[in-house]
Amino acid sequence: MSTITHERALEAIGTVPDPEVPAISVVELGIVRDVAVSDAGTVTVTITPTYSGCPAMFEIEKDIRTALVEAGAVAVEVRTVLSPAWTTDWIGPEAREKLRAYGIAPPGRAEPEGLITLTRARRTVACPFCGSKDTELRSEFGSTACKAIHVCRGCRQPFDEFKAL
Amino acid sequence: MSADTSAGTSATTRAPKVGHGDADDVGVATGQAVEGTRSVAGTRGPVLGAPLVEFLLRVGDDRLILGHRLSEWCGHGPILEEDIATANMALDLIGQASSVLRLAGEIEGQGRDEDALAYFRDGVLFRNCLLVEQPNGDFGYTMVRQFLFDAFSVLQWEALTRATHEGVAAIAAKSLKEAKYHLRHSSEWVVRLGDGTVESHAKVQHALDSAWRFTGELFVRDAVDEAVVALGVPFDQAAIKSRWDAIVDDVLARATLVRPADGPMQRGGRTGRHSEHLGHLLATMQIVARSHPGARW
Repeated sequence: MSTITHERALEAIGTVPDPEVPAISVVELGIVRDVAVSDAGTVTVTITPTYSGCPAMFEIEKDIRTALVEAGAVAVEVRTVLSPAWTTDWIGPEAREKLRAYGIAPPGRAEPEGLITLTRARRTVACPFCGSKDTELRSEFGSTACKAIHVCRGCRQPFDEFKAL
Repeated sequence: MSADTSAGTSATTRAPKVGHGDADDVGVATGQAVEGTRSVAGTRGPVLGAPLVEFLLRVGDDRLILGHRLSEWCGHGPILEEDIATANMALDLIGQASSVLRLAGEIEGQGRDEDALAYFRDGVLFRNCLLVEQPNGDFGYTMVRQFLFDAFSVLQWEALTRATHEGVAAIAAKSLKEAKYHLRHSSEWVVRLGDGTVESHAKVQHALDSAWRFTGELFVRDAVDEAVVALGVPFDQAAIKSRWDAIVDDVLARATLVRPADGPMQRGGRTGRHSEHLGHLLATMQIVARSHPGARW
């Protein structure tokens, strides 16, 4: 009979990397909203998608399951919720530094709800490689739903930005 | 089975049939369209008449069909970045459609999930507007179509965030964030092409003139819209139309494009009367699921 604790469950989930941005864990990404452990050893994990069509959700659910079973969970239930909607503001300072070190410029502050911005003044995104602020947005849609493509005029390196949402 | 029977079971206040704004309609008057739906439903498949289900099918089908259209650009984009961008937007839209159709299926309560609704309905049971099913044309047409829809979509999602139905409000709050990115992207392309070269300007003006006849349908109000307001879904076309006009006028002015005059508007999608293009799109979209029903990978 396993006796997985809440602490152990959290620790196990904290080792699950985001499949598309493996530099940070799914917990650091802010998509794990709740973890509950029953007396019988069933762990219920509540997650929320980054984007509506994020294809990594299936993979994430599977990885969470595997990590918890290895940590001694008797059963794992993964629930998906949409509200409150995920925001990049939930990514903490340590995780932002990990993103930068991995070559992805961390997100700026998410825009307030309800605001329609057609031609917003774009914030300066510093190059994660050389630190130059002389960078250019190439496209707001990048290699995954959560990233934009930039090019650094300083070191001539293209790079991803984790875009604010 | 009749549409009225089904609608009556879940709507506490069944609104009478009304035909707002039908005076200018050269095709289908709303009252006739509801009759049409009933006969179609009686002969072609299950009734989808409950107002909230019907409304969610409109919302979901708009995103599903436009998402599929955008996905047709995958591998054909004019530049790599746009190939990726259209695929990204397609992914968001299909993800949104998936959430909305799942909810529609749950409320309908006949055991249909989002895949059943996407892959096993025939064209007459789709409720998307005609604008989103129009073929991609050139890249300029695709971006004009996208812009006209995105401006509507942002306003629609924003309104639906205030729905008292928690499921609807949650999907709307999530989707609104994505729709704002789409609107900015398509607006920028309309400006870039409109205020670009002589040729890009001419092409995108032509695209605008061609697509304009499909915009009227976005703001037609019928019995379904009236009924969902009573169910706590505050979708008011008149209120969003003036804001849509403001967004469109602003972007077209920056793009040096001329806003077309409102001529006769094409419609019918909300009641299953589609252009021939939808059938071809569905043939591609549904073939795998229908050839291998229940397949898993």
